[in-house]
Amino acid sequence: MAEGVKPRVKAPSKAAAGEAVVLKTLISHQMESGQRKNADGTPIPRSIINRFTCEFNGKSVIDVKMEPAISTNPYFEFEAVIPEAGDLKFTWYDDDGSVYEDTKSVAIG
Amino acid sequence: LTVLPFRANAAADDAIAAFTGGAAMADTGVTLTAPEIAENGNTVPISVESEGAVAIMVLAAGNPTPGVATFTFGELAGAHAASTRIRLAGTQDVIAIAQMADGSFAKASSNVKVTIGGCGG
Repeated sequence: MAEGVKPRVKAPSKAAAGEAVVLKTLISHQMESGQRKNADGTPIPRSIINRFTCEFNGKSVIDVKMEPAISTNPYFEFEAVIPEAGDLKFTWYDDDGSVYEDTKSVAIG
Repeated sequence: LTVLPFRANAAADDAIAAFTGGAAMADTGVTLTAPEIAENGNTVPISVESEGAVAIMVLAAGNPTPGVATFTFGELAGAHAASTRIRLAGTQDVIAIAQMADGSFAKASSNVKVTIGGCGG
């Protein structure tokens, strides 16, 4: 149902061991709140991304429960500690059951 | 007598009670950064920070549904802080409540004046 959903993640490719790095994520999504009405006056059904998670090598960094008050094209900025080389995994869960994923590798150096 | 926000909302109180279990909330320990005036209620940048928090819930008390987001920090969270963009239906208080590792709670709120509401109703 949701068309043109494209995740974008900005993460450093290198970090010092134990360093906290800033991550920025944006995913294009209309985030229909369920409050709007179309021209006929019938409410447009809710269709949002309801959860976002970030993990590093399987360990949780952040887990966000999202509600309709999150803006169109949800943006998140947060920090993660990088203890060793590995992969950052970003996952978005849509109301319609779709799951969108992105992965960024981080090297130590 | 205080001026009521955009819409007095018992649902926000219910959401707070569900999160805290009715526990008392400290006034310090959580920082909520929001603009004083938001020209466009469709996308209002906010950030929350609370050292030592395990979770931070953000509420918009004047929205048709008060819930905004709940951030749960994992073991690899760098700073217990996050930024995002939210929708506000009108001028109102935005509330952040942090749950600390020891089970206590802290609350911060910030009034945001909204020029154009973000609910398209």
